[in-house]
Parts: sequence; structure tokens; C-alpha cells
Amino acid sequence: MEHIELLRFITSGSVDDGKSTLIGRLLHDSKSIFEDQLNAIEHTTRRRGIEGIDLSLLTDGLQAEREQGITIDVAYRYFATPKRKFIIADTPGHEQYTRNMVTGASTANLAIILIDARRGVLTQTKRHAYLASLVGIPHLVVAVNKMDLVGYSREVFESIMAEFHDFAAKLGLANIIPIPMSALVGDNVVERGNSMPWYEGETLMSVLENIEIDHDINTEDFRFPVQWVCKWGDFRGYMGRIESGSIMVGDEVAILPSGRTTKIREISTYDGPLIEAVAPQSVTLLLEDEIDISRGDMIVKAGNLPQLDKQFEAMLCWLADEPLDMQRRYLIKHATKTARIAFSSIDYRVNVNTLEKETGQDALSMNDIAKIGFKVQQALASDSYAKNRATGSFILIDEATNNTVAAGMMT
Amino acid sequence: MGNLQAFHKKLDHLDILESEAIHIMREVAAECSNPALLFSGGKDSIVLLRLAEKAFRPAKFPFPLLHIDTGHNFPEVIYFRNKRALELGERLVVSSMEDSIRQKRVILKHPGQSRNAFQSITLLDAIAEHRFDACIGGARRDEEKARAKERIFSFRDEFGQWDPKNQRPELWDLYNARVHPGENIRVFPISNWTEMDVWQYIAREQLEIPNIYFAHKRQVIRRGNSLVPVSDLVAPLDGEKVEEISVRFRTVGDMTCTCPVESSASTYDEIINETAVTRITERGATRMDDQTSEASMELRKKEGYF
Repeated sequence: MEHIELLRFITSGSVDDGKSTLIGRLLHDSKSIFEDQLNAIEHTTRRRGIEGIDLSLLTDGLQAEREQGITIDVAYRYFATPKRKFIIADTPGHEQYTRNMVTGASTANLAIILIDARRGVLTQTKRHAYLASLVGIPHLVVAVNKMDLVGYSREVFESIMAEFHDFAAKLGLANIIPIPMSALVGDNVVERGNSMPWYEGETLMSVLENIEIDHDINTEDFRFPVQWVCKWGDFRGYMGRIESGSIMVGDEVAILPSGRTTKIREISTYDGPLIEAVAPQSVTLLLEDEIDISRGDMIVKAGNLPQLDKQFEAMLCWLADEPLDMQRRYLIKHATKTARIAFSSIDYRVNVNTLEKETGQDALSMNDIAKIGFKVQQALASDSYAKNRATGSFILIDEATNNTVAAGMMT
Repeated sequence: MGNLQAFHKKLDHLDILESEAIHIMREVAAECSNPALLFSGGKDSIVLLRLAEKAFRPAKFPFPLLHIDTGHNFPEVIYFRNKRALELGERLVVSSMEDSIRQKRVILKHPGQSRNAFQSITLLDAIAEHRFDACIGGARRDEEKARAKERIFSFRDEFGQWDPKNQRPELWDLYNARVHPGENIRVFPISNWTEMDVWQYIAREQLEIPNIYFAHKRQVIRRGNSLVPVSDLVAPLDGEKVEEISVRFRTVGDMTCTCPVESSASTYDEIINETAVTRITERGATRMDDQTSEASMELRKKEGYF
């Protein structure tokens, strides 16, 4: 079998920006739509009194959404080309759904931010760009859509991008790929089309297929949160997934939080032992010395340690209907460890439309993003989110309801 | 660093999907007190078993296998189910819909009625009886539009209901498996796999599958776009013609509502080739119960279906 890579991306924008049409176009032009799906949307298009096939209907989901004409949740969609397999997190762009974009963005290699060429950079565009920077998506495509409605004007495209770049510079966003397109007609989505000869860059599909993603996960720092301890007869192995970096037999490792050191005796898998393993492989590590290790501990290389601390600062996105109550205790799930936390401060809340820092807050409600301080009952081994997505991220769980109430990124 | 990179195995999409699924299985084992793995003998759950081997060997699985037996199964699949559980040396719990029918928990309009939708009742009864707090299943997001919106760790309330508008946010690979007594979690380790990924993985791992997945001669009746297999439960109606043609199953489920497709594929590679060029979705071609309305799956899931 040929080597096929996996790329995860999100699309943010509202229905008005042509997001559903864009996804429909990608699926249609990559021949990922099946006849029965086409028949179903053809039928629906006709029932709504419209001729032809409305590609945006392909991403229609639940009954409630169809009835209300809204998108209520992240939907995952799949397609493949001979080079790559793609997972789209289709996130609604509507104001109250910041939490959905953060959710979809958390695992993405790439984000597509859609701008309607007639309307230019809107508050919503800035919010999406801010969230992309907050969640640290490695690559950003800015798709200036509906170019057919502005006469395929190069000036319009360039002036929108100039404004976007100004804003992006404030966020420190790099790796921005601008593409003028018409999802409706298909220009610069999969096919180049003839309408914008002045555009010399790649089509969207070409970017998706070729962008370098090998370095999207941290390849430097070996981090192995222990998920499960396997004891079977004489066998004692530590099971987990390598979240970042790589490990070889014989490497000296430290176990956190105890700090004890030993060496890797064997890297075991169902398919046989390995000399070396890399992120994101799931493996079982066998150690030279018998050390008391349990779930929640982290195995790292002895010369490359994360921070070990009980006190943290982080950017927090509040996701729950119930507002944050500073007096209450919440559980943190970080890597494979779950522990109680207590809030110590809300330093400021970010106005996602203006990027202003609002101080003097003592509560957070749904979709608020804030810089916070908190204390954990046990020391956690972590890295800053900017350095390591896997060991710098966490969720908060309300102990009373068991709901996931917040997503956090260590600073 | 440059030299070291050369030794690195370059991971492909199946390696990454496999590792994600192993990680999910280990999280269930660690975070849930009494999970079960739903094993039907179908291809997706066969993949789950291999993933469980990769996640937990050399030890035994930290959960039993659970089959919701509709009594409408293809005999080849039941034979395979028993054989596979025995080979693995793992415990198989079978909850039978016949029991639910005897207890009048399931009331059929007529004996030949499809039992697919009633699986939810027997499943919920099994969950209550064995006090399972998590069920690992082989559902995939590419199968159906309601599934496209489902979490990997999908919360069900005390009535087993899925509330699509009130799902727990799921970020990074940080799964929330916490439930109160009586509630449960459905876990879908191969959420991000497509039908093609499943077949490529079965081929790569050389997994044994029930022989009805390969092309074979079978008596069928053409009803609409479907090829309905003739069995003890399904006989031709007046005026219908029975044909014997070469078919294979893309999914296996209730015998009364699962249809094969025309096929000559007798090897994994031939199935992969057919999958690559098919123009009909997996469920569209094979499941009569998903064709009743645009929201059939969504409604069943709200009632506790996996």
C-alpha cells in the first residue's frame, strides 16, 4: 500500500460565507460524494423549490438543525485523495459557538478562515483568527470566497489580505496562506479555473495535499504519560502513547513526579519489540529497574524535563452554561492525571472582538476566554502549550455534574 | 537530529488511526470501572478486537465482550463470533433479544419484523443487568450524518438517551468518562475511520472475517435498489422473482434488513478495489432501516441505540 498521510483541518466561517458550499465542493470535486447522498440532496433541493444541487446541503446534519436552519455542533467529515486522508472538523461560525471552534481546532493541523469578498474582514473574522492563534493551529489558510461576486478583482483580494495581515501581526500569527476563490463556481478549490490568472499561488486542494505537517507535533521533547500498568506473570510494562519526541532502547529516563531515573529495557508492541518509537505511537515501555509507577505519572528523558509544579497560569476557555464559580472546586484532567484544583485568580478576560484585556472580573460565562491562575492538589508535569500541545492542554470537569466545563492552555 | 530522523518509521494514516484507537481503549480501561466491548462478529467489531489485543496483550482484556443477539443473525456470523471469542480466550456475554421478547420488553408486530431498532432495549437491559458503565462500540462517523456529530466518549443518561444538543465538549485527546450511577458512556475508538480504512486495516492485519463478506452465490430478491437475501425469515412475495447471483455483504446486521451488494471480490484487495470505486454509501446500499427517513439513525440513537 502507498504511504498516505493524515491531515486534520477545520473550516470556520458562517453559512453566509459559503462554508458549507466550500466543503460540499471539496467533497464533490474529490469524488467523495456517493450517489445516494447526491440523490438525497437533489430531492431536498427540489423540495425547497430550487433547481440543481445545493452542495451546502451535504453538510446538513441533525433534524433540529434542518428544522431551524442552523448548525449546532461540530461535525466530522472524511475524504481522501491518493496522497492524503482528510478529517474535516466542520465548526459553526455563529457567535455563541466559540466553544465549538475551540473544540474542532484542538486537534487540527490547519484552519481555513473564510472571508466573504464582498464584506471583507469582519469582527467574526478577527475572532476566528484569534481563536486559531489561541489554540495554536500550525497552518492557516485565509480563503477569500465569492470572488465571482466582486468581478474576480485582484485589488479587492489584496486589500482584504492587507487588512487581515495587519490584524494577524498583532496576534503573532505566521504561516498564513491566502487564496482567492469561488466555492460556488469551483475556482481555486480543486480546479484552478480561468477567472483569476493573476493569482499564482496554489489551489486549496494543493495546499491540503502538500503542506508539510511532519513538524506539527513536537519532535524534540519525549513525553510519555502512563495510561495503564500491565502486570501479567513476570511481565510489567507501562502502556501509553508517546505524546511528543522519540525514545530508544537504552535511553535514560526519569519518572515524574518521583524524579527517579532508570533506563528503557524494551519497547514492546503487539507486533514485536522496537528499537525506537516516535510520537504518536502507542507502545509499552519496560524499564531496567523496578520502580513504583502508576497511571498519571509521566516518563520523560532524564536530560529533558518538563516543569513540575502545583501552581499554574493558563488561558482558559469557559464552555459550560453554568458560569465559573471561583469558590467551587473543579477537577483538572491533564494528560492521564485527574486532580482537584482551586482557582486563585482571574487576571483578565479577553474581548475576542477587540483583543482588549478586561480586568476586574470575578466570573466567567460560556465562551469567555481569560487568563487565570490556579493551584492543583498534586504536582503536574507540564510544558507550556506553545511548546507542547499535548502536555500543555487540559480540561476542567465539574465534580457535581461531571460535565466538561472548560478547556485550558498552560502559559 | 537529521541522522536520527532517518531511523524513524514514517507513520501512515492507518498507524495514526490505530494508535489513536489504542489510546482510547486504554483510557476506557483506566477511567471506567466496568466496561464491555460490543462484539457482533461484524467487520468493525473484528477490528476493535485486534485493537484491544494491541492495547492490552500480553494480559487479558480488562473487559468482557458483549453481543446483543437479535436472533436474526446470519449463522456464519454467529459461528465466527463464538470461534473468535474462544481463540482470544476472552469472556463473551450474550444478551438475547428472545429474552426481551419473552419478557414482553420487546413487542413485535409480526415475527419477521426487523429487530434492529429493538436492539436498544436489549442493550439497555444488559447494561443495567451487568452494571456496565461503558460500552465500546465500532460505530464510525462516516457512516451516517447523526454519527458525524457524535463524540468519541458519548454520554448517555439514565434512560440511555443521546442528546445531540447537549454533548460534552471533547478537546484534544482528553476524554471525560465520568458518569453517575445508572448513566453510561458509549466509546467509539474507530470514530475517525472510514469504510476504506477498515478494509485496508483488515487487509494489513490479515484479520479473519466471516465468509459472507466475500463474494458468494446467494438467492436474492430485487426490491427497489436493494438485493434482499432470501432466508427462513424472508420469502418472496407474490410476483417476486428469486435470483441466484454473486454477492458480498458490506455490513452484517439483522438478516431481515441487511442487504448484500453484487460483487465478485474474493480477496481483501478485491474488496478494497470495489470499495474505492463504489458510488453508494455503506448504509445506503445495505440497510433498509436507514432508508425510512432522513433522520432514522438520529431517532434510534436518541432512544439508546449505539
